[in-house]
Amino acid sequence: MNIWKKDFPIFQKNPQLIYLDSAATSQKPKVVLNAIQDYYENYNANVRRGLYPIAEKATKKVEEIRKKVAKFINAKDPSEIIFVRNATEAINLVAYAFASHNLQKGDSIITTIMEHHSNFVPWQQVAKIKGIKFEVLDITNDGFLHINDSRFKIQDSRFLAITHVSNVLGTINPIKEIIRKVREVNPHIKILVDAAQSVPHMLVDVQDLDCDFLAFSGHKMMAGTGIGVLYGKKELLKHMQPFLYGGEMIKEVGIEQTIFADLPYRFEAGTPDIAGIISLGAAIDYLQSIGMENVRNHESRIMQYALDQLRQIDGITMHGPGDVKNRSGVISFNVDGIHAHDVAQVLGDMHICIRAGHHCAMPLHKRLGVPATARVSFYLYNDESDVNKFIKGLKEVKKIFQ
Amino acid sequence: MDTQTLYREELLEHYRNPQNFGKLSDFDISSKQSNPFCGDDVEIFVQLKKYRIKNIGFEGKGCAISMAGASMLTEFVKGKTKKELTKFSEKDMLSLLGIEVSETRKKCALLGLAVLKDCFS
Repeated sequence: MNIWKKDFPIFQKNPQLIYLDSAATSQKPKVVLNAIQDYYENYNANVRRGLYPIAEKATKKVEEIRKKVAKFINAKDPSEIIFVRNATEAINLVAYAFASHNLQKGDSIITTIMEHHSNFVPWQQVAKIKGIKFEVLDITNDGFLHINDSRFKIQDSRFLAITHVSNVLGTINPIKEIIRKVREVNPHIKILVDAAQSVPHMLVDVQDLDCDFLAFSGHKMMAGTGIGVLYGKKELLKHMQPFLYGGEMIKEVGIEQTIFADLPYRFEAGTPDIAGIISLGAAIDYLQSIGMENVRNHESRIMQYALDQLRQIDGITMHGPGDVKNRSGVISFNVDGIHAHDVAQVLGDMHICIRAGHHCAMPLHKRLGVPATARVSFYLYNDESDVNKFIKGLKEVKKIFQ
Repeated sequence: MDTQTLYREELLEHYRNPQNFGKLSDFDISSKQSNPFCGDDVEIFVQLKKYRIKNIGFEGKGCAISMAGASMLTEFVKGKTKKELTKFSEKDMLSLLGIEVSETRKKCALLGLAVLKDCFS
C-alpha cells in the first residue's frame, strides 16, 4: 500500500480511480487544498497595495513563497523568480521580452524535435516574425538528443530552447552536460530549459545547470492550475523589456511615459494568482517533506515495474529510453492494430486514466512515425497495484479489438 | 457510459471487417480528409449512375469509431441519390453509429461523413 496516497482526497472520494496521467496534471494533496481554502477564508486580499493586516499577510505570504521557490530550485536571488500562469507563459515571456528584442535577422534559434509545443511554437513564430533561422535538433532512435549533430552550428547560434525531460519519451536529457558543452563552444548563447516535467519529479538546481532561463508549471507539481514560474538570471532579466503592461508592474505612470517597477514585479502585470502562489508554497513544503530524491526513487521503481510488465505483452511498442536511469516516470506506447484513442477510451471506462494523442508534441510524433501514442505517467501516489490494474485493463483492450 | 455501449458489438464487427474497404477501380469522384488530432484519415471513392451512388469504397486508417463509422456509412448510402445524401445530417450519422459519442470523439465519428459530403460539394 502506498503510504502517500491517503494524503490525496480525490482517491478517497473516488476509490476506484487509477490515475496515470500526472504528466498532464497532478492530483493535489490535502495540505495544498487546505492552504488555498485558508487563504480565501482567512486572509483573502490583493497583494502589495492594501495597508490593512490581511493584505499585509497575503503580501508577506507571496514574498515568502517567492523565497521558497528560489531555494527549491537554488536560484541566487528571489527576484529571479517570476510568477506567471504556467510554463507556456514563462516561455512566451522569454520569447517576446528577450528573444524578439535581442535577436536579429540572420541569427539562429535552436530547439529540439522532442519539445512540447509550448517550447517549440513560440520560437518558431518569433523566428518567423524576425527572420531568424529556426533549427531543430533531432533525436537518436533510442530517444536521446542528437546533440553532436554536425549539421548544427551551435557555435553560431544565439539561443537554445531545450527540454529537461520529454513529456512523451520520458528521456531525461543530461542537461548540465549539454549546457556545459554548448557554452564551451559558444559562451554567448542564451539557454532556456523547459523544466515542466522535471521540477515536479527530481531535484533541479539552476545554478548547477547554469541555464539562463528555466520554466515550470505549478499544477504538475501538486499546486493549483494557473500558477507557473519563470526563473531568469538577474543580469538578463534586468535588461529585458516588460512582456505585459498594466497594474503592479509600474513605479510611476505619467501621461507621456511610465517607469517600470524593479525585478521581479516588472514582469508581473495585474493581480497575480495569489491562491495559486499559496498552493505552490504548500506543494513545495509537501514535496520537501518527502524529499525529491524519494519522489524520484519511488517513481523509478514503479516505472521499472511497469516497463517489465509491458514488455511481457505481445504487440506493444514502447518509445523512449529502455533504462529507467535516463528516464522520468513517463511511458508512451502503441498497441499493434489498435488506435491509442481506443486504448485510452476503453481504459477510461474502467476508471483507468491514461492519455492518448500527440501529447502536444506533433513534430516528435511525426519523427516517431506514429500519429498518436498512449501514455501512462506516474507520481508519488501511484504504486504497483495501479500498474497491475492498468496491465489487466490493457489485456482487456486487446481482447475487445482483436 | 461503459465499454459495452460505446464499443457495441455491431460497431466492433465493422471495425474488424470493414465493408466497402478498398479503392474502386472505376470511380467518378473521390475525396480525402484527415483529423490531425488523432491522425485518422479517410478517403472515399464514389461511382455514380445518374444521380445515384452505384458503388462506393473507402480507404483509411484510424480508431475504431472512425473506421467503423466509415464502414457503416458507405454501406448505408449505397444506392441513395445525391438529394437523399444532402439531407443526411451529422445527427443521422451519430444515430447510425448507435452510440453516445463524447465531444472529443465526435470528430472521429463524423470523419467519414465529412469526406462523403466533400465528394459532393
